[in-house]
Amino acid sequence: MSVRFPRGRSCFPLAAAVAVAAATLPATLAGAAPAAAAAGAEKAVAPAPAARPADLPPGIQAEPPPFTEGIFPCSQCHDRAADPKPRQLAFHDEIQGDFHHGAPTRWCLDCHDNAKRDFLHLTNGDLVPFTESYRLCGQCHGDKYRDWRVGVHGKRTGMWDGQKTYFLCVNCHNPHNPRFKALKPEPPPVPPSKQAASSQEMHP
Amino acid sequence: MTHRGRLPVIQDSPAVEGGLSRRRFLQAAAGSAALLGLSACKSSDVLEELRRRNLKELSKEQLQEMLARLEKRWTDEYGKKVTVTAKPPIPGVDFGYGLDLSRCIGCRRCVYACVKENNQSRKNPQIQWIRVLQMEKDHGVDLAHATPYYDPEKVPEAGHFYMPVQCQQCRHPPCTKVCPVKATWKEPDGIVVIDYDWCIGCRCCTAACPYGARKFNWAEPKLPKEEMNPVTDYLGNRPRPKGVVEKCTFCLQRSRAGRYPACVEICPVGARKFGNLLDPKSEIREVMDRKRVFVFKEDLATEPQFYYFYAT
Repeated sequence: MSVRFPRGRSCFPLAAAVAVAAATLPATLAGAAPAAAAAGAEKAVAPAPAARPADLPPGIQAEPPPFTEGIFPCSQCHDRAADPKPRQLAFHDEIQGDFHHGAPTRWCLDCHDNAKRDFLHLTNGDLVPFTESYRLCGQCHGDKYRDWRVGVHGKRTGMWDGQKTYFLCVNCHNPHNPRFKALKPEPPPVPPSKQAASSQEMHP
Repeated sequence: MTHRGRLPVIQDSPAVEGGLSRRRFLQAAAGSAALLGLSACKSSDVLEELRRRNLKELSKEQLQEMLARLEKRWTDEYGKKVTVTAKPPIPGVDFGYGLDLSRCIGCRRCVYACVKENNQSRKNPQIQWIRVLQMEKDHGVDLAHATPYYDPEKVPEAGHFYMPVQCQQCRHPPCTKVCPVKATWKEPDGIVVIDYDWCIGCRCCTAACPYGARKFNWAEPKLPKEEMNPVTDYLGNRPRPKGVVEKCTFCLQRSRAGRYPACVEICPVGARKFGNLLDPKSEIREVMDRKRVFVFKEDLATEPQFYYFYAT
């Protein structure tokens, strides 16, 4: 494989392939099942897509950010469990180089499943598809998870009293480098003294 | 309000028995203007608007007639199908707004989303309903150490936090009390509204507001045709004339249709929360029940329905 990752948030490795898989599949965006099906060789039974948290109000899940092109399913390269020992990687070095999420105590396989690479896993070993990554995030960030489920943390759009689109953790936070990035601000307001050069300009 | 009876200056009803009411005066004035041929331009519309009653006195038919007239006028003026509704407050709804100061990064996306949604004048005069204040962490919420004019390459800046300020939709609004013509009032769903056609531009409300939330159209608003948002509400985002005051209405053209205000939807950090304070399951109630909440200038007892909070 000659896939290289651009820097930035798109190096979320799984990301690309849902885009690829989704292109060949109907709009069921990137569910666990399609991902597993695309994996082909993956004979493992996909975990039943866990229901969205029951306490979420009626809503639509926003589309997760796209994977780097050609990178997913991971199983196209990782066809078997590999050496689980933390080490410097030769291939995913860009992610490893820009990894700021509890490094150095954390390592790929703490979240990515070694045996079934197209999934994540919880600390209890349960597999989690990429579309439900919030369950994984919520293991450590329980306070944010709780706030997110009731709509206090994170963004929602749509109806305040009805159907909402809710965004996943990874829509705003790069899982490998989760701090929210600084933005260029929109222009400041024009002070009253500079609003118009002349009264003709103000009152044409 | 109980002493109102002892103040003969301000009457509860715009029509004064026996006196020269605004309406009678305008009727007479418009009549003579028509006679003199002064109002040749769209004369019937102009006369109709001058003779208009207070919004609250209009019958359903008169209201529909007026909205249709406005729709036609702006459809012609802006070259696109403009709708003007007059959505009533939803029964059982009391709006509350939450703003998470621990999230806001001061990017001003909300300011411009609001301008776009609400048809503010773009420049000369530039009117913005939201003002984002950059404050110093050393000083906390302190207007003596705040500026709206910050313009760095990237926000947030170290050592600073950001506090967007817009109409706080007070439970005891000082602005509505001082209006001499009752062109502004608080609606049952909590939104303080302005009838721009009833406003006489005296700016008493602008002076009374402790939050700087009210903006005055010092010149004819400049609203480019292609940028005009054609989905409007009479008390919300419909085009305003010169010489009237305007302010945030929680996007009532959206919120009374069940939608989030534009600033909530644009916020890239999800700092803005909106919902029904009477619904215990709403996002805003979760904020009120579980987070550290404060209101701006609490000591003035305006009791805003706009709550600042810290989620962490």
